[in-house]
Amino acid sequence: MTGLRVDFYPEIVAADVAVIGAGPGGIAAAVSAAERGLRVVVMDRGLEPGGQIWRHKAGAAATPEAQPWITRLAASGARTINGTSVVDVRPDADGFEIIAESASRPLHIWAADIILATGARELFIPFDGWTLPGVMGIGGTQALIKSGASFAGKRVVIAGSGPLMLPVAASLADAGANLLLVAEQARRAAVAQFATGLWRTPSLLLQAAKYRVRFLTSSYTTGTWVTAAHGVDRLESITLTDGRRTWRHDVDVLCTGYGLIPNVEIARLIGCEIREGAIAVDNRQRTNVDHVLAVGEATGIGGAPLSLIEGAIAGSTVGSVEAPSGHLLRRRAALVGAAGRMLDVFAPREELRSLPHADTIVCRCEDVSFGAVQGAACARQAKLYTRVGMGPCQGRTCMPALDFLLAWQADSVRPPVEPALVSVLSSEVAGEATPSFPLTSSVGEAYQ
Amino acid sequence: MSQRPDAVVIGAGIVGASCAEALARAGRRVLILDSSFAGGGTTAAGMGHLVAMDDSPAQLALTAYSGKLWTELVPDLPGNIEYEPCGTLWVAEDEEQLVAVREKQRTYAEFGIEAETLSPTQLAEAEPHLRPGLSGALRVPGDGVIYPPNAALALVQRAIANGAQLREGTRVDAIGPREVLVGRERISCDCVINACGAEAAQLTTGLPIVPRKGHLVITDRYPGFCHHQLVELGYLTSAHTMNAESVAFNVQPRATGQLLIGSSRELVGWDGTVNRAIVRRMLDRALDFMPGLALTSAIRTWTGFRPATPDKLPLIGAWEDTPGLWIAAGHEGLGITTSLGTGQLIADLIVGATPAIDPAPFAPARVHATAGVS
Repeated sequence: MTGLRVDFYPEIVAADVAVIGAGPGGIAAAVSAAERGLRVVVMDRGLEPGGQIWRHKAGAAATPEAQPWITRLAASGARTINGTSVVDVRPDADGFEIIAESASRPLHIWAADIILATGARELFIPFDGWTLPGVMGIGGTQALIKSGASFAGKRVVIAGSGPLMLPVAASLADAGANLLLVAEQARRAAVAQFATGLWRTPSLLLQAAKYRVRFLTSSYTTGTWVTAAHGVDRLESITLTDGRRTWRHDVDVLCTGYGLIPNVEIARLIGCEIREGAIAVDNRQRTNVDHVLAVGEATGIGGAPLSLIEGAIAGSTVGSVEAPSGHLLRRRAALVGAAGRMLDVFAPREELRSLPHADTIVCRCEDVSFGAVQGAACARQAKLYTRVGMGPCQGRTCMPALDFLLAWQADSVRPPVEPALVSVLSSEVAGEATPSFPLTSSVGEAYQ
Repeated sequence: MSQRPDAVVIGAGIVGASCAEALARAGRRVLILDSSFAGGGTTAAGMGHLVAMDDSPAQLALTAYSGKLWTELVPDLPGNIEYEPCGTLWVAEDEEQLVAVREKQRTYAEFGIEAETLSPTQLAEAEPHLRPGLSGALRVPGDGVIYPPNAALALVQRAIANGAQLREGTRVDAIGPREVLVGRERISCDCVINACGAEAAQLTTGLPIVPRKGHLVITDRYPGFCHHQLVELGYLTSAHTMNAESVAFNVQPRATGQLLIGSSRELVGWDGTVNRAIVRRMLDRALDFMPGLALTSAIRTWTGFRPATPDKLPLIGAWEDTPGLWIAAGHEGLGITTSLGTGQLIADLIVGATPAIDPAPFAPARVHATAGVS
């Protein structure tokens, strides 16, 4: 790395609309906007569009639900920029400058409007042994299966919460795993009531039934959760409880997670209002910041079907005064209702707050135990004294857990919103302080 | 506090913490008040560079004295203050700066501070990631680095061990003669120490202290990327001149293997938001000296407010307008280094002991003497 200075001049892309995130919501937004003739850029960290839910092996065919959308995206005229993380968003007189890192190079995107489709991540609640190799996220397991990892013959328990456990259980069973148990922490009565309520959205009911059929030989239990994982160098067994008795299972893999939490860091950086952990939007998906819209899980956990509708609403109205179609609004209203009921049913139970002990690791990046942070008055104090949440993941795993455990409020978000090369953070558009719209793209075929 | 305190220290930043520690050690009953928590303000935003600085003879006297106190104290402090005796390299870009390096070496020698001049070759060997073509450097091996918030906390804990009491989340509304007001509560005492750093003037009208904003960037872990605190010789100019805006190359290896990249100075009031333009300028300056930083990963930026005075010296001593009031504030970018000297000086003045260095250049009375001149 020594030697003479090499400057990395940023690539510049000008667009009417920049969509951040290429999951279902982002794809639907990009497609709807591009099909109206707008110049659309859609960027994502993944190497293929699809996000977490539609992730597929690079080069392999997408799933049947995803394929039509991915084909439509390719034909829409929207420019897809993969392998890209957003570092900073700076408001400008004419719109926004988005600074991103793409293939280790700076990329500056000038856009009049932004659609945030930043998705969600899993909530992990720390317990003894959760950092052992063999303990993985439920969503992370799904991603591993999709990327071709083998679970054949492995003894697996899925323990956590939420509807995501069903498709992962089905995939594990298909992948030849010895799925011992699927343990849902929510109470049986609540889950039963929720399942009964699914008649209002038959598509979801049918989907759930289809998943269940694929792992019929494994048991599914409610009101049960993991209290500890055991093993020396890797996971060997787990302790489960239903609140009255505890028992152990010998396992090779534990998949755990307590539902999804919206990714709101970029929204907070821009100054969007956050309500109950999600980006607050109106019925046209507009945030409180002019020219910034948000769709999908980042605006509240609701699943891919809802994300697609929200994306269509945002893409069909962005940059115009047109009202969204009544049909889209009605479908959204129905799905939002179901999503709200789901969040209530699968909310982590009180007992989970006592899972970590004083010596349980809460921050894996900086190796900080729960006991070290428990006495702090606020997140910032704990961060400064113990460095909890100060590692390269920027607290994305431990801070939501500590928010759940200790009711801490999130600290401020500052650039870089994702770790970024110094060359990217320092990059500047040469000789151009305030470019105006429309700009012509200076990017060659590299991103096409 | 069941008993009336002898001294109330307002502000549990590193300067207030040090005052409290020294006073408690001298047998005074001390009450420490902080509007937030110990070490959470400017202290937390600082680099934690313990440095002998020679902008003026008084500054060098205070930094050298404080450096000696740090060396003595560090063995008794907990490991989480992350002390690293890494030394400082003052990097010269050209022959003119090399002349200044030699001058600096002579000045340090007069104060008994060890320092050696490095040739370009020696500099390249010491810090291979610096760009070729630099003219040399001054190495000051006695300088070091600490993690400021935990150092402030450690000083507060030492004060507590000597009977002091800490009240966090307590905002002082006013300072009166031998008393402080917290809401409706009136705390009377023998002396009050205003150690509120950049905010000191909010409680004591007439203090010439303004916030001078700074930015820092921290990277992921790159152990061994550099070995000394690296500062361009032009830093002194950046710090000394009260320009609206300036940047200087200033890179520090943390005990964690992380790199701390600074520095910037701005006079923009209390706007704490990250100024992207100045971060770019600051990083640009860093890349001029260390091109390899381009491929390190930055994980966080933040800002802080240095308490700046017009003559670049802190205000340490009695404030004659208010009986019983003492000032320990205005340390600009040297508060971490000079905290220990300041605390000892304040304690010596209060208990009537003879200070180890001449307190006259720091006397707040000089503000009155120059009033109307500015």
